[in-house]
Amino acid sequence: MLAEVLFGYFAIVILFSGIAGITRKNLVHSLLWILLMFVHLGGVYLLLNAEFLAMVQIIVYAGAILVMFLFVVFLLNLKEEIKQSVFISSWQTRVYCSLLLLFFALAGAFTYKKNYSGNYTIELIERQGHTKTLGLAIFNDYLFPFLILGFILIVPLIGVGIVAIRRKTNGAA
Amino acid sequence: MVPLSYYLALSVALFFVGFTGFLIRRNLIMMFISIEIMLNSINISLIALSHYMQDIRGQILALFVIAIAGGAVAVGLIILILAYKNKPTLKLEDFNILREE
Repeated sequence: MLAEVLFGYFAIVILFSGIAGITRKNLVHSLLWILLMFVHLGGVYLLLNAEFLAMVQIIVYAGAILVMFLFVVFLLNLKEEIKQSVFISSWQTRVYCSLLLLFFALAGAFTYKKNYSGNYTIELIERQGHTKTLGLAIFNDYLFPFLILGFILIVPLIGVGIVAIRRKTNGAA
Repeated sequence: MVPLSYYLALSVALFFVGFTGFLIRRNLIMMFISIEIMLNSINISLIALSHYMQDIRGQILALFVIAIAGGAVAVGLIILILAYKNKPTLKLEDFNILREE
């Protein structure tokens, strides 16, 4: 019973703050609504026995990615952006098409049947701890994708370095 | 015990919130954050299916999705700042430097 009540609360807040986030005129208000949405998504992951992923969601998404967006919004001078219209000119048609697609996708979501069961039961994860289970799986079975992921994450680092160095040498360019 | 269909329905609804935001906003930063909303909805799907199928692989994929999303946001915001230095605007219609007039 408690799980259903919590899920209902999280779902209502997530959908409401997502819709509020994409319709606000002010960029900072939008980003703060979406911050609320990210924190509640962490709550949904807690309901699904994924504690490590809930913490990663709150630290990485709410603590790093959204703060990066907020820094960019504060760095750019957006005084005149707020005065402009929020949506593109023919937005109603796109909303109707999106709602039609949503209807079909929801029909698909409610007709899904589970036909496969692995060997990571809930009881095993609770006995072992979620972080340990995930770490054993990553570093034993998925070590090579993990290394590739680290290699991919070097690329933005090099890009930021190139941009910063070029700005420093060009002076006021 | 919440049924799996509810989680999938939440994921689908959130995906279409992000999709609609990507289609109707005129602002480049808001289109970018809409992509992040879509990635988060996919993560709900992955983790819910991983929990109900008793398989850990969905959660590993969700972790990889979060990491790649962080890298993509960094690169995209660099591009956005450099484009803003060229022409101080965020309107979608003003980014036409590659279009032949």
